[in-house]
This record gives sequence, C-alpha cells and structure tokens, in this order.
Amino acid sequence: MRLIGRSYMAFALTPEAPVADWLADLDVRLARAPEFFADRAVVLDLTSVRLSRAGIEHLVAGLLERKVRVMGLEGVDPSKLGPSLPPLLHGGRAAAAAEIVKKTGPAEKPAPSSPRPTSLLLNEPVRSGQSIVFPEGDISVLGSVASGAEIVAGGSIHIYGTLRGRAMAGSLGNNPDARIFCQKIEAELLAIGGYYRTADEIDDTLRGGAMQAWLDGTELKITALQ
Amino acid sequence: MSKVIVVTSGKGGVGKTTTTAALGAALAQAGESVVVVDFDVGLRNLDLVMGAERRVVFDLINVIQGVAKLPQALIRDKRLDTLWLLPASQTRDKDALTEDGVQKVIAELREKFDWVICDSPAGIERGAMLAMRHADAAVIVTNPEVSSVRDSDRIIGMLDSKTEKAEKGERIEKHLLITRYDAARASRGEMLSIEDVLDILSTPLLGIIPESEEVLKASNIGTPVTLSDRSSAPAQAYIEAARRLQGEDVEMTIPLVRKGLLDKLFGRRAA
Repeated sequence: MRLIGRSYMAFALTPEAPVADWLADLDVRLARAPEFFADRAVVLDLTSVRLSRAGIEHLVAGLLERKVRVMGLEGVDPSKLGPSLPPLLHGGRAAAAAEIVKKTGPAEKPAPSSPRPTSLLLNEPVRSGQSIVFPEGDISVLGSVASGAEIVAGGSIHIYGTLRGRAMAGSLGNNPDARIFCQKIEAELLAIGGYYRTADEIDDTLRGGAMQAWLDGTELKITALQ
Repeated sequence: MSKVIVVTSGKGGVGKTTTTAALGAALAQAGESVVVVDFDVGLRNLDLVMGAERRVVFDLINVIQGVAKLPQALIRDKRLDTLWLLPASQTRDKDALTEDGVQKVIAELREKFDWVICDSPAGIERGAMLAMRHADAAVIVTNPEVSSVRDSDRIIGMLDSKTEKAEKGERIEKHLLITRYDAARASRGEMLSIEDVLDILSTPLLGIIPESEEVLKASNIGTPVTLSDRSSAPAQAYIEAARRLQGEDVEMTIPLVRKGLLDKLFGRRAA
C-alpha cells in the first residue's frame, strides 16, 4: 500500500444566517451556472452560522439536492459531527476567490490554483553541503553561499553576500529570462536553463566583484554590476 | 546551570583533542567543575593528552552498555581537583554508541558538573553526530587552510540542522577557534588570513591559537598546554578562549609576526 499526499483546490462555501435565505440566493446563482459545482470539491465553512447537528445535516442534504457535494466541514465544534457528516478539515489556506459564472465552452480556464509563494528568502548563510532547491521561483540569499553548497531556482537567484558555491537559475528550462546576481563572485559554477560555466571559464577580472549572469541564446554571459 | 560543549571539526588533525584538554584544564583552574569526555570511540587520545592513559579501567562504552557505573569510569585529574575525564574505548567501534545511551550519560554528567566538554571525532559520521546532538554550544576547531575551512562550514550546517536544539527550533551557540595560526606565513599569503576564515564561516571567533612547539611538547608529556606552561603564547590564547566561553568580554589577541634578526635582514634587503 502506498500513501501519497495530494492537494486539490477546494471551494469554501460560507453560509450566512438565515440559512434559508442563503440557500435561495445560491439557487439564483446556480440557475445561471447549473454545472458550476458539478466536479468541484466544496468545503463548508460554518464559522459565521451557529447550527445544531440537525441543522448541519439539513444544510448538507439541501446542498446535495442542488448537486453540491460537500467533502469537508470547517469552523464547527467536533462534538456536532457524526458519521453521517463529512469530516472536519483544518489548515486550509486562502486562495483567489472565484465568481460563479456560466461555462463558456469546453476551453474553460483551469480553476485558479492557490497562490504559492514565488520567492524564497534565506536569512542565513548557505553552508557547504547544503542544497537549496526552489523550483517555484526566485531565491534571495542575504548571506553567502559557501563553496560546496548549491542553490537551484526555477527563477532568478539573488545573492547579497559572496557566491562561492554553485548557482543554477531557470532550472526548469523554460525560463530563459532568469538571471543570477551576486555581490561578490567566487563561484564554482553558474548555470541558467542548463547552460553553464565553471569557475575556470569565468573571466578572472570579474572575480571578487558584483556581477550578473544572463542567457543570450545558448550562451551564458556574465558582466560586472556597477 | 551546567553547560555541554562539543569540540568538533570537519577535518581530522586540527587540534580538537588538544583544545578539549586545554579548555577543560583552563576552566577547571578557574574553579569550575569540569569533565572532558572522549567521544572518539575506536581511537583514543584524550586520555593520553590528559596524562591518564594508565589509569583507564572503564570507559564511555562500558557506561553506555551498563557494564560500569558512571562514577567508576570517571578519572580525576592528578593536578586539578575539579577536572575529570571520561575516556573512550579503543577496542570497540563507533557503532557501540547508542543514541539513548549517549543521552543518558550526558544527562547524568550534566547533574554532576558545571561543564561537560565532549571531544568529537572528525567528520560527519555517526559518532560525530552523536557527540554534537545534545550539546548547548559548539567549539568549531579549524586551521587556516581551505580544506579545513570548507569542512568546518559543512559541520556548522550540521550543527544548525541535526542537533537537538536545532530540531526544537532553537539556535545552538557556536564558537570558532582557529588553531595552528602562523602569523608569518599568513602575512606571506601561504595561509588564509583570519579575515578570510571569518568571512567564509561567518561565525563568532572564540580565539586564535598560534602555531607553537609548546603545544606538541605539552601533549607528548601528557599535560594540557594550559597546565604545562601557563605563560606560553598558546596557553594564554586558550585561557582567554575559556574566559570568553564563560561569557567574559576579553579582547582578542591576534598573534603577530615576531621579527627575528634574519627577518630584519631580509626585510631590509627587500626594501
């Protein structure tokens, strides 16, 4: 047996009191886009209403009638839950809100995924033997990157100390605009989108100074930063 | 409040054992109760440097395996009343150290002594990990040469991630001790300068121990260098380092180039 975690985007529905009015309001919207909730995960956020166990069961049944299947509950006292009700969920993170709109055709845009952080900030120096990988975006390092350490970013890399180890930007290969910046270059290797230069191929006159590296076609270029 | 300190390094032969003995003796001389623990199981050196090799009956492994009680294995120093040694075993290998066992011994030592100073084996293997695991503070011993400095950086990374304190989200206190520093060679560029080492490791400096015959002489007669000749340069540097460990604010002495007659002649010729 394998247990593998997977995360899905869920819509949080927040009923407001009185629940009957809220359901009527939902009906109006569903009339415009009847299939909106058809294949979507829905979490019921009950923080703004006080419902008894029977009330919750009634609400969940009412939603099911409207083809809204509730996969989890949030913001409710666990004592009010029973085997007939969906499980209590914790740790949800806010994502972009979605409007209930009618499907315009088969080429509907995928549901907006929860906004992930697009940069990683490292306050500490990166030590020899450490490997920091962040495919989602940029990495900024406030300290130095030691010889024998490596930084791999999907986006650009910014180093405000000395770069002695390896820096690999645009690691997913589809980001030719990724760049590497550092205050002081003593690097072992620089790479962007798979094109690289080793220490030997870095101009000696650049050593010890601030620099940036970028990709010009298939060539990795390095210039001093003034 | 007792304090557990691990003396560690990435590379071997940088002076961990000498440092453990010297710092232990210096702290004991200052009136603190100190135990130095040899974690370098399989090898065994601390007892030699402490001059207690002929008095070892039980060792750390015996205590961990329950063959002997801790008080049976502790050896009291002949010169200092408050200095004790827990020796390592040379006949067992590093696998004889168990995590639970180490934890128990350290906890027991914590109750008896003000300072528990652990002499770690070099490198990143199990023995070194176990030695650093329960420490409150670490003394990272490094020589001013690139290989030693790079490996020390690796060890500092481990201290920040693999120790009990780090796993609880706390910071382990770290001190850098530069040993075998030769001012003349550093000034000629044959050795990394202090600034370079500090720049690479960005860790607070505990002391700079000058390269000296005194250290070798002391370890060969089985006396911590801080006991054999308190006035020598390395002994002074270790005594100052011990005072900094105790939290005193002592100004850093940077070993200077001693100008001999020959140096002066060469200096003139070059000028």
